[in-house]
Amino acid sequence: MNDQARTTEQMTELLSFRVGGQDYSVPIMSVREIRGSARATSLPHAPPYMRGVINLRGTVLPIVDLAARLGLDVEGDEARNVIIVVDLGERTAGLMVDAVSDILTIPDSEVQPPPDLAADGARGFVSGLTIVEGRMIRILDLHEVLPPPGEEAA
Amino acid sequence: MAEIRAAFFVEAEELLESLQDGLQLYDDGQRDDETINVVFRAVHSIKGGAGAFGLDELVQFAHTFETALDAVRSGALDPDGAAVKLFFRSADILADLVRAARDGTDLPADVTGPVLAALGELTGEEEEEEEVDFQPATLSLDLGGAGGDAGGAGGLDIPGLPPLPPLEAPQAPARSTWTIRFAPHDALLVSGNEPLYLLRALAEMGETEVSCDCTELPGLDTIDPEAAYLAWTIRLDCPPPEGDGPPVDEAAIREVFEFVDGLCDLEITAEAVEPPSDAAALPPLDPAPDTAPGAPADVAPAPIAAEAPTPAPADAPAAAAPPAPDLPRPAPDSKPAAKPAAAPAPEPRTATRPAATVRVDLERIDRLVNLVGELVINQAMLSQRVAEAGLPPNSPVATGLEEFMQLTRDIQESVMMIRAQPIKSLFQRMARIVREASSDVGKEVRFVTEGENTEVDKTVIERLADPLTHMIRNAVDHGLEKTEDRVAAGKPAEGRVTLKAAHRSGRILIEIADDGGGINRPRVREIAEERGLIAPDAQLTESEIDNLLFMPGFSTASEVSSLSGRGVGMDVVRSSIQALGGRVAITSRRGEGTTFSISLPLTLAVLDGMVVGAAGETLVVPLNAILETLTLGEEDLRALGPQTHVVQIRGGFVPLIDLGTELGYRAPLDNYMGSTVLLIGQEEGQRAAMVVDAIEDQRQVVIKGLEATYGRVPGIAAATILGDGQIALILDPPDLIAGASGRTRAANLPLAG
Repeated sequence: MNDQARTTEQMTELLSFRVGGQDYSVPIMSVREIRGSARATSLPHAPPYMRGVINLRGTVLPIVDLAARLGLDVEGDEARNVIIVVDLGERTAGLMVDAVSDILTIPDSEVQPPPDLAADGARGFVSGLTIVEGRMIRILDLHEVLPPPGEEAA
Repeated sequence: MAEIRAAFFVEAEELLESLQDGLQLYDDGQRDDETINVVFRAVHSIKGGAGAFGLDELVQFAHTFETALDAVRSGALDPDGAAVKLFFRSADILADLVRAARDGTDLPADVTGPVLAALGELTGEEEEEEEVDFQPATLSLDLGGAGGDAGGAGGLDIPGLPPLPPLEAPQAPARSTWTIRFAPHDALLVSGNEPLYLLRALAEMGETEVSCDCTELPGLDTIDPEAAYLAWTIRLDCPPPEGDGPPVDEAAIREVFEFVDGLCDLEITAEAVEPPSDAAALPPLDPAPDTAPGAPADVAPAPIAAEAPTPAPADAPAAAAPPAPDLPRPAPDSKPAAKPAAAPAPEPRTATRPAATVRVDLERIDRLVNLVGELVINQAMLSQRVAEAGLPPNSPVATGLEEFMQLTRDIQESVMMIRAQPIKSLFQRMARIVREASSDVGKEVRFVTEGENTEVDKTVIERLADPLTHMIRNAVDHGLEKTEDRVAAGKPAEGRVTLKAAHRSGRILIEIADDGGGINRPRVREIAEERGLIAPDAQLTESEIDNLLFMPGFSTASEVSSLSGRGVGMDVVRSSIQALGGRVAITSRRGEGTTFSISLPLTLAVLDGMVVGAAGETLVVPLNAILETLTLGEEDLRALGPQTHVVQIRGGFVPLIDLGTELGYRAPLDNYMGSTVLLIGQEEGQRAAMVVDAIEDQRQVVIKGLEATYGRVPGIAAATILGDGQIALILDPPDLIAGASGRTRAANLPLAG
């Protein structure tokens, strides 16, 4: 990146990925692993973005179809999908995305809060915006994206 | 020291438990010496241990309590109902004091004060001299690092420290020595008496030296296994009376043999001093001087010895070892001699004395449980690989795998058994809740428990405490009528609350029943309407009305009492039971009472399930829910409503449920003819027929909770991992059926039924 000289500034490391044709990212410290897609066991009475659960080395991992969750066009080709396993401290979940792009190091000063556009329902999922090499990267608020446990979504 | 202290508190909890048991027995009318002795010993041991750690408040309370119990023991006091209640209250306070001492907190004096005063009133003020009597024991405990106290005053067995031998014993003035010859007749054994118990009873009175006379014993070829050939000579060396017990006299010894009177030859002779002839009469002791006198030394000190784990192995050799050298014909007789010795040996396991136990950190067990869970999954994967490899079922690999499967299952069961413990401790806590609740609301309540030895997973016991407490309080406060109303209704003034536990087809069933007025259904309905929980014109069955009690924000208390109706509602009770994979149901009859039934899974880790397919998904149905499987024929299926079917099974009609449809995986099939159906049984005797696409397997599955990672899914109990690494959901059939739409036909397709 072009900002490596400014070492004194607080930096944020992000994992960027593509989902529904757009660029998103999550703080890299919340990413536990990246793995290939597996056939998920679907959960009855679950919201549409809930792909189901998969077996992650003996634990039951719920999978969120991020494109559906963010209200983007869902790409049907499941084989190319990648699952980013994120850890929110109290629980773990998998985010199904199209492809992982890069690891970015961004100074905090270059992260802007998203403008307030009420028409867009997905706004609450984005906690910040930044521009890298001319592309706008959205930083996801994982606590908003993942439904709290115990929430019965029937 | 901290370790010994911790051991004391663990030990004290056990003593408190036996104290409760004893009092309960006493209250139930079993007012014999042994019962009151158990109670007395428990309090006494707590006092002794507490003295060693300088827990003065505890010692003082235990002492007053003990004095009152001693008055009962000696016959000076015949407690009436109120006195027994006071004893229960005292036991509760003693428990509080123990816990307060453990946690380093203080109990307010106004709690202990009135009870102390009441206990004092029972006995009069005669306790000063005993206080003096008790002090030396406390001192010796301090010096000896709280080891076995020689005087036998406090005798709490603290693990890790060898018991001290009775040092001052021979010089004691009031010591008495007896020689008892005891020769049982055949009839003694026929009537089910056990000489070992008699010998043990003697061992509790003092130091014993037992020798067995095997001269009557015939050869192995002529022996009658039901005849009594053995006789024993017991030299009983009684310590001086402890001040709080009567001196041992011949009558006391005869009392031990009271139940076998006429079934044996009994000679009791007193000796003032140890005569040398006696030593000669007991040659068998010489070859093994270390074991024989050493063993009774463990037993001797006090009545409490019976509760200590050490004597169990010790006095068996004492009875069994000596005979061998005494035999005139060693070679032919050694085998028969070994036989009677072996016969009493297994007894301790079934007898009242506790088996040897190990205290293990729960974390280690949980780790083991988890590992076994992984093992079960792994074994399933291996089975699947072998099946995929196309090996014939009787190939060595397949049979070996079968054995492996059996072993896995055994290991798993054993591990779960480690976690299981009797539900008794929980029931005892509930007994206290009943006592407190009943005195708070001024009702006379008799608390009856059944099946308290039912073993339940430890976690379940811990997590049941809160819901049970709430339900018990409810039963006392709302369930039972006021005393005057009971009398008016022609019922006994004393209400009855029953708590039952039992194993029922792979689940644990807990029932809380009262014999009160039953649920006032019109009133329940009224309240539900007032709070907007139901529409005013809703048609509800009786059981639906009963279940309104579980709605959040419902409280029947027309008058909120100090006990219940304080926010924690039955909805919390239900959700905490559901969190354990359980269910709760109500049955109530007006004027006769209300019963809450809680049904819980036996283990929280593994279950036997049937693996089925439905709409391309693999699911697991708990095996204990399935009554039978069948294939639908033309004559079985009947249309009910426009969208529903019933299945006719042996004259009964059960609703048809399509699993794939209920879970939202697919639309109802056009035709269910020839479908595979699982007949699901429920606790209330209701049945339902559940359509699945295929039955794939029957196996043990490891339960993986969904709640923590995702949340509760209606109709689904948990998830598991199958042999191919895929996750399958485990159904909760009753929940699924309760929430089922029963839709088995598309609405727009009129079908001839």
